[in-house]
Amino acid sequence: MSITYLDAIREAQARALAEDPRVFIYGQDIGEFGGAFKATKNLARQFPGRVLDSPISEDAMLGLAVGAAIEGMRPIIEMQFADFSTVAFNQIVNQAATLYWRTRVPCPITVRLPSGGTSGSGPFHSQSMEALYAHYPGLIVVTPATVEDAYSMLLEAVAIDDPVIFCEHKYLYYHLKADQLPTEAMPVGKARIARPGRDMTLVAYSAMVHEALAVAGELASEGVEIEVVDLRSIKPLDTDTVMASVARTGRLLCVGEAWPWGGVTSEIIARVASEGFDLLDAPPQRLNAKDTPVPYHPSLWAAHRPTARSIAVAARNLLRL
Amino acid sequence: MAHTLLEHGTVRELPQAREIHVKAYRLMLLARVLDDKFASLYRMGKIHGGVFLSRGQEALSVALGLALRRGDVFAPLIRDRAGRLAFGEPVLDAVRTFLGSAQGPMRARDGNVHYGAPREGLYAMISHLGAMIPVVNGALMAHRFKGIQGTVGATCIGDGGTSTGAFHEGLNQAAVEKLPLVLVVANNQYAYSTPNQRQFACASLADKAVGYGIAGHRIDGTDLTACLNAVGEAVARARAGLGPQLVEANLLRLCGHGEHDDAGYINPKLKTASVGRDCLKVAEKRLIEQGWADAATMAQWRSDAAHQVEEAVATVQREPGPDPYQEDWCALASKHLSEGQPETAT
Repeated sequence: MSITYLDAIREAQARALAEDPRVFIYGQDIGEFGGAFKATKNLARQFPGRVLDSPISEDAMLGLAVGAAIEGMRPIIEMQFADFSTVAFNQIVNQAATLYWRTRVPCPITVRLPSGGTSGSGPFHSQSMEALYAHYPGLIVVTPATVEDAYSMLLEAVAIDDPVIFCEHKYLYYHLKADQLPTEAMPVGKARIARPGRDMTLVAYSAMVHEALAVAGELASEGVEIEVVDLRSIKPLDTDTVMASVARTGRLLCVGEAWPWGGVTSEIIARVASEGFDLLDAPPQRLNAKDTPVPYHPSLWAAHRPTARSIAVAARNLLRL
Repeated sequence: MAHTLLEHGTVRELPQAREIHVKAYRLMLLARVLDDKFASLYRMGKIHGGVFLSRGQEALSVALGLALRRGDVFAPLIRDRAGRLAFGEPVLDAVRTFLGSAQGPMRARDGNVHYGAPREGLYAMISHLGAMIPVVNGALMAHRFKGIQGTVGATCIGDGGTSTGAFHEGLNQAAVEKLPLVLVVANNQYAYSTPNQRQFACASLADKAVGYGIAGHRIDGTDLTACLNAVGEAVARARAGLGPQLVEANLLRLCGHGEHDDAGYINPKLKTASVGRDCLKVAEKRLIEQGWADAATMAQWRSDAAHQVEEAVATVQREPGPDPYQEDWCALASKHLSEGQPETAT
């Protein structure tokens, strides 16, 4: 049996609904239709009245989640695409993220954001929003890169007493497969060494982990050992694991699919430079998408985002420094 | 679903009219006296940030607060001092919040009109208008999931707030789910300085109800009796399962947007028109005319309210403000997921 990343998301939701009567799912086309990506396929039938179609009202979807959470529920909100969460931005960053700080009432909501680029999706169905949400206090932001993490981190997200922005990557939905669902999991807040190495630390998250692993494989044939760190969660950020890796390798390259200004890659470099400057043998480097909207055409898109090819170039350059 | 627009022009008598009018009037008076005290403390420089008064909206607000009961959810807005008191909020909560007491419900982390006690059903508003509507919807959905019946959710907004996307999304969402939501629109003629004619082009804000497929009510917000009748009926209809209710009340804000604002933009003609009447004076006159209270009784009530407010202010002025060194600088309920302060140089 093989389970895709998307199956894992569906299965995690089925388990959350089965085990916790406080859980319900609310989003566009997620009921009988099963969702734009089928992440809730059959769930409406399996859990009557708990998987509800919403109007096309992202702001009101999130507002409803906050009110339900105040009254003790654990809503999961499916955004049809992460890009549309900008319409709900106010409710996420001003209502959900401030509630506990202001009132001592926790806000356990999970916001699923189908994130990142896929070929032909264009400017409004491709965005990576993690840095935007990580900027705000009061939110947890996770970016699972594997089938196992998609499953276990979604279950953990539902259990967490704070709003969790769950960035699931659409590029991984169908072709990333595992043999079975995990029975054990690393907790949110811990990064994972996806591949050990001693010559360079390559930090990535979400779909970029797989590009990074491809580069590590390619350079291994040339005798270079790259350590790949999968961040898993963006906030909290596991600075300790990154720092320990840089202590071993002396070189740091950070890769993110999001835009370059601010964001996850610059945050990691800022932390390593300020807290671990002496560990570095070369200036820390980073690679992000280009600073333009995400292009539609596949050939433009492939050049816009970091890929194994562009990461390999950046890695080779860093090894020469 | 009802598609009715109910005009509440004629005032019918309520059972126990005296009792409810007296109760409402005394809460309005307490709210007014409290407001006057806040204005005075603001001028003395004793309040940090803004002060926003409810003057002119007490009749409408108190009618809503009195129509709600324990188990209901109430998300008041900026000018609902009277409704809050009627819902059962202690005077101390308002005073502690305005004066920045660490013992207040927001522990001085948030101030002025941004306070509440969500566990008591009293939600703390954020500043973004319309944002509380879907939150109340969510609370009502939770009640539905839990099988809690007969509860109502209410929230308030002004004429300006009806122009937001959140208002539209929230009201439509409530209509789709047929929720027992009561949305009270205080049309006080100005959104800060912007008059109605620059805010909307429909004849009446209550007309919007028809478009959403819900019931709309339109009332004179300066008339306590009209407010008690119409808001009471709207709440009763929602409680009876007749779906969302939109109430538009016309009145005039008898103060600036905040105490920093002299409201020089208000058309003087409105001040002398019926819409510019002071609801507290209108209610007072009615109580006298009905023989429900005499001047001496009213003077006693006023003195009682002043005493209650002075006592609360005196208590809070002895309380400590927040201590930045003792503050728990963690925005998360899950402390183990807090990053702490890695950037702080020691």
